[in-house]
Amino acid sequence: MISISGLLGQAFAILLALVLAPLLSGWVGQCRAWLQNRTAPPLLLPYYQLQKLFHKDVVLAHGASSLFRAAPFVVFGCMVLACAIIPSLSTDLPLAPAADAIALVGVFGLARVFISLAAMDVGTSFGSLGGRREMLIGFLAEPALLMVIFTLAMIAQSTSVATIVETLAHRELVIYPSLAFAGVAFTFVSFAENARVPVDNPATHLELTMIHEAMILEYSGRYLALLEWAASLKLYAYSCLGLALFFPWGIAPGDDLLALVAAIPLLVLKLAIGGALLAGIETINAKVRIFRAPEFLGTAFMLAVLGLLVRLLLESKV
Amino acid sequence: MTSLLPIDTLLIAACAWLAIGLLGLVAPRNTRFISKTLFPLGAMIGALVGSVALGSLGGPAQTAVLAIGLPDLPFHLRLDNLSAVFAMLLGFVSVGISVFAAGYFRKGEGTAPGLLCLEYHVFLASMLMVLLADDAYAFMVAWETMALSSFFLVTTDHRHEEIRRAGFLYLLIAHVGAIAILLCFGVMTGGAGDYSFAGMRAQQLSPFWASAAYLLALAGFGAKAGLVPLHVWLPEAHPAAPSPVSAMMSGVMLKTAIYGLLRVSFDLLHTTLWWWGVVALVVGLVTALFGVLYSTVQNDMKRLLAYSSIENIGLIAVGIGLTLIFHAYRMEALAALAMTAVLYHCLAHSAFKSLLFLCTGSVLHATRERSLGKLGGLIHRMPWVAWLALAGVIASAGLPPLSGFVSEWLLLQSFLFSPGLPHPWLNMVVPVAAALVVFVAALAGFAMVKFYGIIFLGQMREPGLKDAHDAGPWEKFGLVWLTLITLLLGILPSTVILRIDAATRQLLGTGLADKLHEHGWWMLAPISPERASYEPVIFLVTIAATLLLGRWLVRRLYHGRVRRTSAWDCGYYFQGPRAQDTAEGFSQPIRRIFEPMFRMERHFPTARDAAPYYSVKVEDHFWYWLYLPVARAAGWVSTLVVTLQGGRIAVYLMYSFITLLVLLLVARP
Repeated sequence: MISISGLLGQAFAILLALVLAPLLSGWVGQCRAWLQNRTAPPLLLPYYQLQKLFHKDVVLAHGASSLFRAAPFVVFGCMVLACAIIPSLSTDLPLAPAADAIALVGVFGLARVFISLAAMDVGTSFGSLGGRREMLIGFLAEPALLMVIFTLAMIAQSTSVATIVETLAHRELVIYPSLAFAGVAFTFVSFAENARVPVDNPATHLELTMIHEAMILEYSGRYLALLEWAASLKLYAYSCLGLALFFPWGIAPGDDLLALVAAIPLLVLKLAIGGALLAGIETINAKVRIFRAPEFLGTAFMLAVLGLLVRLLLESKV
Repeated sequence: MTSLLPIDTLLIAACAWLAIGLLGLVAPRNTRFISKTLFPLGAMIGALVGSVALGSLGGPAQTAVLAIGLPDLPFHLRLDNLSAVFAMLLGFVSVGISVFAAGYFRKGEGTAPGLLCLEYHVFLASMLMVLLADDAYAFMVAWETMALSSFFLVTTDHRHEEIRRAGFLYLLIAHVGAIAILLCFGVMTGGAGDYSFAGMRAQQLSPFWASAAYLLALAGFGAKAGLVPLHVWLPEAHPAAPSPVSAMMSGVMLKTAIYGLLRVSFDLLHTTLWWWGVVALVVGLVTALFGVLYSTVQNDMKRLLAYSSIENIGLIAVGIGLTLIFHAYRMEALAALAMTAVLYHCLAHSAFKSLLFLCTGSVLHATRERSLGKLGGLIHRMPWVAWLALAGVIASAGLPPLSGFVSEWLLLQSFLFSPGLPHPWLNMVVPVAAALVVFVAALAGFAMVKFYGIIFLGQMREPGLKDAHDAGPWEKFGLVWLTLITLLLGILPSTVILRIDAATRQLLGTGLADKLHEHGWWMLAPISPERASYEPVIFLVTIAATLLLGRWLVRRLYHGRVRRTSAWDCGYYFQGPRAQDTAEGFSQPIRRIFEPMFRMERHFPTARDAAPYYSVKVEDHFWYWLYLPVARAAGWVSTLVVTLQGGRIAVYLMYSFITLLVLLLVARP
């Protein structure tokens, strides 16, 4: 069942994720700068930053416990696992049975709990503020994300991400209205989950508006590097998931080497377009107050439920 | 020589527990003898109960008749697969709690240790008898013994008034529930007068009476389990009781109520109507949502856990409702999936909730403080308790790869099949209910981060916490034991489900075992691997491998240098413990978003206050909507009775005279 080529493909997918993820963050940053009429930072800036941070000494607060030091590795591990089970190039992933779409939500949840706990560990005002807000966004976003997954799982009759993607990629060209609802809801959720503009701002250091940045304030050196890398892996994972679910064309079925090779430039192209769109949406929106976030995510949830109902009412015979 | 049947062994174990309890009375003040000899002995009996029950799973049902009880109704006992699953739960969880209790109970705290030992072991034995009872009389005797012994355990520290009050409330609701259960059994005999469960199984009830029996069972067992609106005793009784007792009540006793509900609705009643499932589903969802919302705003660590227990019982009720719906439409394979989720969540919850309650016990002993606002930073002083509690917290938040996630995953999988229901609107509404289940799980994550972060992380909020000490060896053993169960349930779901499948098969006629046998022990694929699969071992190994490999690579390629200094916090200088979130502060977003759900009294400081303070008090709506009106009505009725009962003999004589006259008028031949 598990073939050598499958294993190689799996290892390659993980490596590609590790390499491409900072590049995607760099690309989004560059597009943002262009759109805002600023001089763009170099595309490879995230790599330079990772290199710099890994070289630096870790400066730990006196009150930091062992949990604080373990959390970056756990978060990083969760994100690597998420990237491993999301089909980016091929659906033949030996690790895919380890976690289906529901467990994937669980992986993101586990990472969120660890980073929030780490944020509370040193015992500073901003840390606990960030942890509390992160958990707030989390419990609002998770139901919406799961409703999206339910809609797709009902179309594909499966919760395995690989099977969903295969079903969606090789269906005859039927328009599913439910997919449109699910797609919009998924976009909303990914903005919230990745600390992007309407909910959070990755570039902010204005204290009172921070969420993600507030949680990692006390981190430095290699720990910060891992967390930054994990954040870009999360963005990459969400992008790949969105692309695989809603634009699945070009993902190699099974262990077809030629299709796999062809899938790489296509993925890069899709990510580049997606990243540019993300930067565009971020530029034309303003960050909302934290207490507007429930409205934003409530909308996402309603859209996802509508998608599910549309699926059940109109498409159950399809 | 005939070998001992499992049911005989279990009976001997129950007698042994009683004997251990009575031995406690021999030297009621000898703390050393009682805690270091009797409680460990009780734990060994627990291990025996657990392993015998585990061994008997999958075997035929065994019966026994005891020569005690009513003249024409001796105690009937029966050990079948359903009882065995719950007896296994009782046995294995009690090992951890009993060993912990050996290190927990000290001199001079409330009830004499000997008496406590008696109550505790009577409690254990009565729970075992509840699971074994095969007639209504034996069941009620065991049930009431369980309620009474736990009442005395709750009121261990009876010198405090609020603890007496909590105990009274518990006793009151336990008896309201017991009356409903008694009536339920009465309905199920169908007037035939045969109170054995075999007699009830033979009855063919009309849908009306079957529904009456089901609703009575739901109310009666729901009162014990903590379904809304009969949940109010939980957040009062759990903080009042000593921690091992809270752990036992929350971990095991609530599950006996679930056992009773399963026994009545799937074994004793033959008919199943689809709306029974809807009732359980709705009640379960309301309970789960209510429990989790209130658990996020609690400031007392044991109250927080008590509300979290309400939430978990709600999720179990949701699973039972889904099982009933599938069962009513004869979709037995899907019913089996939901039933497995129910049984699994019972096992998972009993382990991780006992673990968390015991951790609060250790914290309480180390700090004498229950309020979250006065704790913090204990991971530095109590690393064992903190790291073991982390396992409980992750399981309780329903996150992979620990036990809580498995049952949630199974429940969500069964929700995914609900569009196939042959009912015009159920197939639309039920899938959306899954969103609420996820919402509850995500909020549980919030509550657990609050629980863990405020107690164990951050700076110490009180100077006295510096003297906190880690748990002793007995306590550590109890905690490690329950953590191991949580871990095993988390990473070996297939193996566990293959064992408990016998109970599902007994109740529904089909199970998941055939499907699971097709795959390895590491894979959980209840329908087919293409449809859905979860491999916690691979999951754990991948994360652990990345963690270790990452750490090794970073140290190898770069360095592992660390420098310590004071915290940065955007350069803010005054970083005392008061700058952190308090428990109230952490749950502020929840209070704000779900404001109508709470009854709040808040006081905000103003700029002109001489002594500014902030206070918030969150109360349960149900007190004001349901309990106080009922209490007021009871008071009003009693005042009426008082006017009738003036205490003067002449008035009573007049009553007798009037009664006589009326009787003469009415009862004329």
